Amino acid sequence: MNTTSVNTAASAGKKSNLKLGMLLLKLRTFIALFLVVVYFSFMAPNFLSMANLVIMVKHVAIYAILAIGMTFVIVTGGIDLSVGSVVGLTGMVAGGLIYNGLHIPVWDVTIYFHLPMVILITLAVGVLCGAFSGFLVNRFNVAPFIATLGMLYIARGAALLLSDGKTFPNLVGKEELGNTGFPVLGSGTFLGVPVSIYILIVLGCAAAYLATKTPLGRHIYSVGGNERAAMLSGVRVKRVKMFVYMFSGFCAAIAGMIIASQLVASHPATGEMFELTAIAAAVLGGTSLAGGRGTIGGTIIGAFVIGVLGDGMVMMGVSSFWQMVIGY
Amino acid sequence: MTVQTRDEVVLRAENITKLYPGTVALNKVNFNVYKGKVNVLVGENGAGKSTLTKILAGVETPTKGTLYLADKPVVINSFHDATKHGIGMIHQELNLFPNLNVAENIFIAREKTAGGIHIDHKAQIEEAQKILDNLESDIRATAKVSELRIGQQQMVEIAKALALDTKILIMDEPTSALSVTEVEVLFKVISDLKKKGVSIIYISHRLEELVTIGDYITVLCDGNLMQEAPMKEIDVPWIISNMVGEAGNREITYESHKTDQVILEVEELTLPREGRGYAVDHLNFSLKKGEILGIYGLMGAGRSELFECLMGLQPEVKGTVLLDGQDVTRGTVVDHIRSGLALIPEDRQREGLVQPLDVTQNMTLSSLWKFLTGFHINDSSLKSAVGRMIKSLSVKVASPMVIISSLSGGNQQKVVIGKALLTDPKVLLMDEPTRGIDVGAKGEVFDIMKNLVSQGLGILFVTSELKEIMAISDRILVMSDGRITGEFDRESVTEEALVSASAVAHKHPAAMQI
Repeated sequence: MNTTSVNTAASAGKKSNLKLGMLLLKLRTFIALFLVVVYFSFMAPNFLSMANLVIMVKHVAIYAILAIGMTFVIVTGGIDLSVGSVVGLTGMVAGGLIYNGLHIPVWDVTIYFHLPMVILITLAVGVLCGAFSGFLVNRFNVAPFIATLGMLYIARGAALLLSDGKTFPNLVGKEELGNTGFPVLGSGTFLGVPVSIYILIVLGCAAAYLATKTPLGRHIYSVGGNERAAMLSGVRVKRVKMFVYMFSGFCAAIAGMIIASQLVASHPATGEMFELTAIAAAVLGGTSLAGGRGTIGGTIIGAFVIGVLGDGMVMMGVSSFWQMVIGY
Repeated sequence: MTVQTRDEVVLRAENITKLYPGTVALNKVNFNVYKGKVNVLVGENGAGKSTLTKILAGVETPTKGTLYLADKPVVINSFHDATKHGIGMIHQELNLFPNLNVAENIFIAREKTAGGIHIDHKAQIEEAQKILDNLESDIRATAKVSELRIGQQQMVEIAKALALDTKILIMDEPTSALSVTEVEVLFKVISDLKKKGVSIIYISHRLEELVTIGDYITVLCDGNLMQEAPMKEIDVPWIISNMVGEAGNREITYESHKTDQVILEVEELTLPREGRGYAVDHLNFSLKKGEILGIYGLMGAGRSELFECLMGLQPEVKGTVLLDGQDVTRGTVVDHIRSGLALIPEDRQREGLVQPLDVTQNMTLSSLWKFLTGFHINDSSLKSAVGRMIKSLSVKVASPMVIISSLSGGNQQKVVIGKALLTDPKVLLMDEPTRGIDVGAKGEVFDIMKNLVSQGLGILFVTSELKEIMAISDRILVMSDGRITGEFDRESVTEEALVSASAVAHKHPAAMQI
């Protein structure tokens, strides 16, 4: 009798330890973020000032937006290496449409679009880039790594071709052409908070909703968890895969426009290596590269860890070479 | 039957027991391998033949029991141990590298080298050719394996085993892919090997063939040793009666709910096999409401392919499938699920479950479209449906939100069944639904099946367990080599009849080819 009660007590203790361990494991990214923030608030003065926090969140927003798209791709068991290039390409598309307009040689006319149209076209370009990767993966069974690596070069090349490698400067638009207002995306504020942060919040909520409350979201997880079982259960695997690459392209287009808008200029080399930051944010946030596991919330926290680490090091005056060693 | 032990026993397995989680694969089995003889091992699917041969070949280690090589106890823990003792195995699925040539395959992982770095291709090819010539085959050692016919590839496997100086050669279903002439050549090779003192352990489902080639026979059934006898003293009926064990062991009560209304009608269903022949060969049958139609057959008889055709997984299928009068031959898996077919796949882990998801998510994966308001998953109606299903199938779970892999095999299987049932099927296709689950869970699965047919479902039930199929089916079709080779009523069926019908195509190797 005595021994059994001891046993149950011991097993209960073990159980609660296990639960605590599970909790710590679940919150590990959050704990990392907390530690990083605490460390930098001691090491770098002004780190916790409101102004600095806003600037940091603006930086983080770009990576977080890319990482949200990346999360869905990785959850299906794929990877999207093209997002950095698509950021560059879509920035150039938006910039070109505002700065040069769309020139149609056949009729020798140049069309200048209104800003909403520019944004829609740019988003469509991003989605098309993703659709191309998805097509290669679905139709020709190309490994996602290879398909999106191909897209990486195509998009970067196209970005360079659009301007012969030059920058589109001064993207404020012209009143008489009706395409002003582009800088608002990157530097506008609403109630004192940058517009890009609102974009992140809306996109994050929409993606989290998609992931947890819609059949498509459930199907994304099932494809990554066990593709064969998902297929036999009636999941349209190819459609799901097509969607995640298109969505990743969509997110990349948003990020590309925000960057171009912040700089009020678009440069074809923008976004180099961003794909790795996005993958790192997703994986740091608990997304499994094997597929089937990952959350949007985790990914956003992962993006914050990376972003805060980078900005904190800048504020501490760490050399950029050392920053690279540390992984930013 | 007495066993004469005039022949020398070269390898003896004594009291071999092998436990897998939840099952006893072998139960105190004794097995003798006589020197220079063909020692036949025979039994139903799951009788333990493969496990026993894997233990002899060092792929598995026995839980209990000892192996004696020439009366000295030996421990064989790895493929290398087995090779050292001169034991070689030719697996049913050929283990060759199609991109390499014959000589490279024969000397794989023990290449002839100069100084450990440079492969001496010339010496390899010469020696490989010598072995092949000894086998009287016309294979060139420089030929790529991918260019060889299956029968020739089998020869390469044999050559590979012989190159290792094998004294005991295990052959698992060596003739299953061979043509008549190739089988004759193989038999000649076997008798040559016997003369050279090589002992052979021979597994096959072709009973006629065993009688021709075998010297000694050992029959296994459900992991138990049934009989060992010299081949001279026995015949095919003897083998069958020993293979099926004690007949008439029906504990499961069954009451038929069969109606006269046809729910599924299959006409001339055909699926060409890659290469030649048919994986599903012009099948005609029908299933009535409330009927359990059992489909029995050996591995490779085309049962799983039949289900794949019915679910729309095989685009090359020809023929007609009518579900409730509606043509469902074509279309995607989704179309089939929505029109009222549901599949419970054979391999639960690989095809049934999405491991990272929880019980609820797994169970509703096929039927999410039923729980939508707009494109929003209605959690409360979904949860109550899952709750009802968990209750009616009596799935033992702490909560519907626990991860699926924490459940036992039987409960996982119930979740897979629940997933199929939530789509409101008219016909349920169950492929080996009791595989790898314990006896209690098996009984529960049968109870579920009985309950479903009483509600008017039709069930197609595939299994290779004789007792199960006889206990639970209204009618039994036997498949062999893609064809229906027998149809039995519940009342008139005998295990012997099922076994011999399932071996029909295996009796005539010619029927497999050309």
